[in-house]
Amino acid sequence: MLHDLSLDVRAGELLGLLGPSGSGKTTLLRIIAGLDAPDRGRILFGNDDATGLAVQERAVGFVFQHYALFKHMSVADNIAYGLNARRRADRPAKAEIKRRVGDLLDLIRLSGFGDRYPSQLSGGQRQRVALARALAVEPRVLLLDEPFGALDAQVRKDLRRWLREIHDRTGQTTIFVTHDQDEALELSDRVAVLDRGRLEQVGTPDEVQEHPASAIVMKFLGDHVEVEALAEGGRVLVRGRETPVAAPAGIIGPVKLYVRPWQLQLAEPEAAHLSGTVRSSYRTQGRQRIEVVDTEGRVLAVEDFDGVRHPAGHPVGLRINGGHVFG
Amino acid sequence: MSEIFSPTLPPTAHAEPVASEGTGTRIVLIGIAITFLALFLVLPLIAVFTQAFSKGIEAFLAAFREPDAWSAIRLTLTVAAIAVPFNVVFGLTASWAIAKFEFPGKSLLITLIDLPFSVSPVVSGLIYVLLFGSQGLFGSWLLDHGIQVLFALPGIVLATVFVTFPFVARELIPLMQEQGSAEEEAALTLGASGLHAFRTVTLPNIRWGLLYSVLLCNARAMGEFGAVSVVSGHIRGLTNTIPLHVEILYNEYNFVAAFAVATLLAVLALLTLILKSILEWRFAGELAAGRAH
Repeated sequence: MLHDLSLDVRAGELLGLLGPSGSGKTTLLRIIAGLDAPDRGRILFGNDDATGLAVQERAVGFVFQHYALFKHMSVADNIAYGLNARRRADRPAKAEIKRRVGDLLDLIRLSGFGDRYPSQLSGGQRQRVALARALAVEPRVLLLDEPFGALDAQVRKDLRRWLREIHDRTGQTTIFVTHDQDEALELSDRVAVLDRGRLEQVGTPDEVQEHPASAIVMKFLGDHVEVEALAEGGRVLVRGRETPVAAPAGIIGPVKLYVRPWQLQLAEPEAAHLSGTVRSSYRTQGRQRIEVVDTEGRVLAVEDFDGVRHPAGHPVGLRINGGHVFG
Repeated sequence: MSEIFSPTLPPTAHAEPVASEGTGTRIVLIGIAITFLALFLVLPLIAVFTQAFSKGIEAFLAAFREPDAWSAIRLTLTVAAIAVPFNVVFGLTASWAIAKFEFPGKSLLITLIDLPFSVSPVVSGLIYVLLFGSQGLFGSWLLDHGIQVLFALPGIVLATVFVTFPFVARELIPLMQEQGSAEEEAALTLGASGLHAFRTVTLPNIRWGLLYSVLLCNARAMGEFGAVSVVSGHIRGLTNTIPLHVEILYNEYNFVAAFAVATLLAVLALLTLILKSILEWRFAGELAAGRAH
C-alpha cells in the first residue's frame, strides 16, 4: 500500500498528511504509532530507532476519528488512563495525576467536566477529551487520524482553530491526517501530499499551492483546468498565443497546462487564449464565480472581481495569466 | 394539478403504521403465543411442583434426606463449578481472537465452536466413550497410568464442557466484533500492556454479555442429561448428577421423590429466567448506549 516512502518530520512542527481516500495516509500514521507494522523500513524518533518497539513503548499519542473514549470511565479517568496504566515505579502520585488532569481539562476548556461520562458529551467535547487523554502521557509525537472527520462543519472549524492554538502553546510535534485540503492548508506548518501510497510533495502550504511538484498535487489542492498547450522557445502557447507561463527546461512540444480559476481572466477576444459562452454566474463572498463553457465543451470556472454581471449565453474570451506545466 | 391541493381531501384520522395487521389478527397471534407458552412452559412447571407436593411436605422433604440425593447435588455443583469457568476462559479467548484478529482457519474455528449445538448430546457423550473407554483410543494408556476418565468425574466434566462451550463464545463474538478494537488500540497507545487493556477496557465493555452467557452456560451445565448419561455409568452415590438421579427415581416408580428433586431444576430454570430478564433489560440499555458512540 505504501511505496518507498521517506518522510522527515521536524521537531515541534504541525505536519498535515493530505491525500484522497486510499492514499495510505492513515496506514502511515498507524505505522508510526506501531499499530501496524511495515514490511520494510525504519521509524526513527530523533536518533532512536523505534522500528522494533511495541506500541506501548513508542510514547506516541493517538487521537482517533471516532474518539475511542473509554465508555465506562469518566472524563477524568479517561484522561488519567495513560498515567494510571504505568507500572507503580513510573506512576506519579495520585495527587499529581489529579493535578495534571485538572490542568488538561483547563487546557481543553472543559474544566469541571471531570465527572461526566463520554455519552453525556457532544462530538466536539469528546474529541477534546481524546486530545487531552493523548497529551496526558506527554508523548514524543502526537498523531491525529482525521480528528474532525466525524464532526459537523461549524464544530470542525472551531476545533481547527483551537488545535492550532494548543499546538502553538505546547510546541508539541504533531502529525495529522486529513482528506480536507482547506484543513491541511489552514493548520499545517508543512503539508505532505500523498497519493496511492506515494509521497508526492512536502512543503509549506504556500509552496504546495504555488509550486506544486506534480500534476497530482496540483489536482488535489484545488480547482484547476487542463488546457492543451504547446511548449516552444521556452514559453507555453495556447492556441498560438503566448502565455506568461515558462516551459520547464528541455520540454518542447505538446504539453498539458494546468490553470487555477484565479489565473483565468475575462478578456477581449483579441487577447484571449480560450473562448466560450457564459453558462451561469453567482456571487460568493465578495467575488463572482462565472462558469464558462468553452469551445471544447468543457466547463471552466473563472473568478472575477469587476462586478460587471455577465449574463448567461454571453460570449466571452478568457486570458490565461499563469499556470503550471509538469515534466 | 388542482386535485392535489384540493381542500376537500380529508386528513387522515389517525396515524396507522404501514405494516398493520389489524386488531383481530394481533389478538389471534398473541393468543397463540400465550397458549404455546402456557402449554409447553407453564403447565409442565406447575406439574412438577404439584406432583412433588402431592403426598405432602413430609414426603417432599424425605426425598432430600437420601444421601444419594445429596451426592447428586454435590456432583452437579462441582461439575458446574469446573465447566463454567473453563468455558468462560475459552469463550473469552476465542471471541477476542476472532473479533480482533485475522488469521488462517478463523472461519473453521467459528464453525467448530457451533458444533456442539448441532450434534446430539448422546453423540457428544459417545465421543468420549470412543476416546477414553477401555476399548477407546486412549483406553490402554489411561489404564496403564491408572487414570479413570469414564464413569467418573473427569468424564462427566468433559461431556458437560463439550455441550456448553459454545455459549460464551457465541454471545461474545458478535458483541466484540460490534465494539471494534479502537478503544483497545487507544489503550495500547497510552502505554497499557495487552493484559491491562484487556482488564480495564475490554472486560468492562462486555460485562453484561459475559454475565448473560455465564447464566445460560450454567443452566445448561447443571441440566445436561444426554451426554452425561452416556459417560456417567449411573453409579449411585458417585456418578449421578441431579438429572440422572431424577431419572433413576422415576424408573423405580418413586414419583414423588423424582419430582421433588426435579423441583431443584425447575427453581434453577425460574431463577435463570428472572436473572436473564433483568440482564436483558439492563444489557439492552448498555448496548444501545454503546452503539450511540
